[in-house]
Amino acid sequence: MNIISSFLLSFLAGIALIVIAWAGALTNLQGLFGVVLPYIAITTFVAGVVYRVLNWAQSPVPFRIPTTCGQEKSFPWIKANCIENPSSTLGVVIRMAFEVLTFRSLFRGTTVELRGGPKLDYRSTKWLWMAALGFHYSFLMIFFRHFRFFTEPIPALVHLAENMDSFFEVTVPALYISDGLLMACVTYLLIRRVIIPQVRYISLPADYFPLFLILAIGTTGILMRYILKVDVVSIKELAMGLVTFHPAVPKGIGSLFYIHLFLVCVLIIYFPFSKLVHLGGVFLSPTRNLANNNRQVRHVNPWNYPVKVHTYAEYEDDFREKMIEAGLPVEKELSDEKE
Amino acid sequence: MKLYDSGKIITGIVIFVILMTFPFWFNMGRAAPKPDPKLPKNVKNCVLPKDTIKTSHMQILNNWRDEVVRDNKRSFVAFDGKHFDKSLSNTCMKCHSSKKQFCDQCHNYLKVTPYCWDCHIEPKEPKESKETAEAKEPKETK
Ligand code: HEC
Ligand code: HEC
Ligand code: HEC
Ligand code: HEM
Repeated sequence: MNIISSFLLSFLAGIALIVIAWAGALTNLQGLFGVVLPYIAITTFVAGVVYRVLNWAQSPVPFRIPTTCGQEKSFPWIKANCIENPSSTLGVVIRMAFEVLTFRSLFRGTTVELRGGPKLDYRSTKWLWMAALGFHYSFLMIFFRHFRFFTEPIPALVHLAENMDSFFEVTVPALYISDGLLMACVTYLLIRRVIIPQVRYISLPADYFPLFLILAIGTTGILMRYILKVDVVSIKELAMGLVTFHPAVPKGIGSLFYIHLFLVCVLIIYFPFSKLVHLGGVFLSPTRNLANNNRQVRHVNPWNYPVKVHTYAEYEDDFREKMIEAGLPVEKELSDEKE
Repeated sequence: MKLYDSGKIITGIVIFVILMTFPFWFNMGRAAPKPDPKLPKNVKNCVLPKDTIKTSHMQILNNWRDEVVRDNKRSFVAFDGKHFDKSLSNTCMKCHSSKKQFCDQCHNYLKVTPYCWDCHIEPKEPKESKETAEAKEPKETK
């Protein structure tokens, strides 16, 4: 698919979703969009991710794949890099922590450019890493802050997160730093796909769609909080009804909220079926989560099965007499056998 | 079906499921009382229509503050034609004379903690908590 069709397809899919939710809210389908769909979504999400992980865990990984970024453990007088190329479990845990918490692999990003004539120039770039890190952490912050709708009493940690996030106390209601950061980073990630030719070439609807979805979720959320205002108290009543299994739809919640909620439901239903499962996948990356101890420990290939063999000794037993008759040399004479 | 590293996989899955269903078990066996802001009895209208004041009262307060402090514009005409002084303590809190029974009802439900009261004076809470706070009509300005 080329850029135009990929981009447009995902964009139109996003618009269609918004229209569906809006129509639903206007035609009094609040029960469907506010209760039924959220339950379907959370079930699909949890069950789907668990299924994917169990599925991955059934693939044997017989050997360690050393995509090394440091010296392997070797002779004592060669300095080993025990985190980038770990040979122990502790080393692996540290490498995984760096990968999951700081996106170590993205930090290694480089670009290759032709600069000033026929000369290849390799340089480190940190833009993707920065935007990805900013996006993921602000998403986490927003996700975490949303627990104020789903808990009563609200845990102190959630309240602390709110206070930290609105640290600057500008605008009323106070502007959350994570809101601005999320929108800026997702916008960058989208523009990057469109502008850089190599990235554009490998981008599919499956790459644009989640970005549009998250942009739309962020936009509707921000509109609700700062501009078009919705009845947050009733929304919490709805959310509390869901999590205590006494679902009820309070009156007077604006359509904008149902659009927001519907897009979120679509996102998490889509989650297990798409590239977004890297949430679980990152923990199962064989190039990251296995110690490089190929030469220290014997790794038995798990799909080795017992092979039926017919040894030379058995062959000679079968044909000894005929072999002697034909004058072929044998290892055991006939007389030996009889003893 | 053979799971490799099943110990680690199962542990990971259990942690994931516990985290993702957090609100379901966190709220188990707890009643979540809905907020019940006590509305003033002897006046009918707020300074904005009910739907608007409910969702946007923080914005009108913010506007009032800016207009008073920056432009010294203190007069406000409500949607029903009444004139009010743009004031947190002297207008809002005159009709809604108990912060505990009104503002805090909703705010505690969502742990909203406006910092306004660091400087602005809260109205004295009425003694009997059952008695609904009587609205003392704020002075109408002309
Ligand atoms: C119907 C419930 C309700 C009542 C009654 C109520 N509030 Fe609020 N108020 C809210 C909600 C909900 C928010 C937070 C909105 C959000 O987080 O988007 C809020 C936010 C605020 C904020 C902005 C706080 C911030 O830090 O963002 C101020 C200021 C405020 N209210 C003042 C008042 C005052 C003063 C009163 C009493 C006269 C009052 N409110 C009564 C529901 C209510
Ligand atoms: C003249 C008296 C009066 C003044 C002044 C006044 N209010 Fe009200 N307020 C009311 C009344 C009466 C209602 C109930 C409105 C209704 O039921 O239609 C109300 C409703 C509200 C609600 C919605 C409560 C709910 O349960 O939905 C909020 C929030 C609120 N007022 C905040 C404020 C704030 C903030 C100010 C100051 C900017 C203010 N009010 C000034 C009389 C007043
Ligand atoms: C640092 C202290 C401080 C804080 C915090 C504060 N204010 Fe004020 N506010 C003032 C001062 C000083 C004035 C000027 C009083 C005057 O000129 O009448 C004022 C004036 C106002 C006025 C207009 C005059 C009046 O009588 O009310 C409004 C409305 C107002 N503030 C709302 C708010 C709201 C809403 C908040 C919370 C979001 C808030 N203020 C937080 C100090 C503060
Ligand atoms: C992954 C899921 C979600 C994302 C990324 C998301 C994103 C956002 C963002 C960026 C905002 C702007 C304000 C803020 O940061 O608090 C917001 C606001 C809001 N969201 Fe979500 N949201 C999600 C899920 C939900 C769900 C499940 C609900 C259902 C209760 C919900 C209800 C709301 C409401 C009511 C607001 C307005 C808050 C206010 O006015 O203070 N969101 N959302």
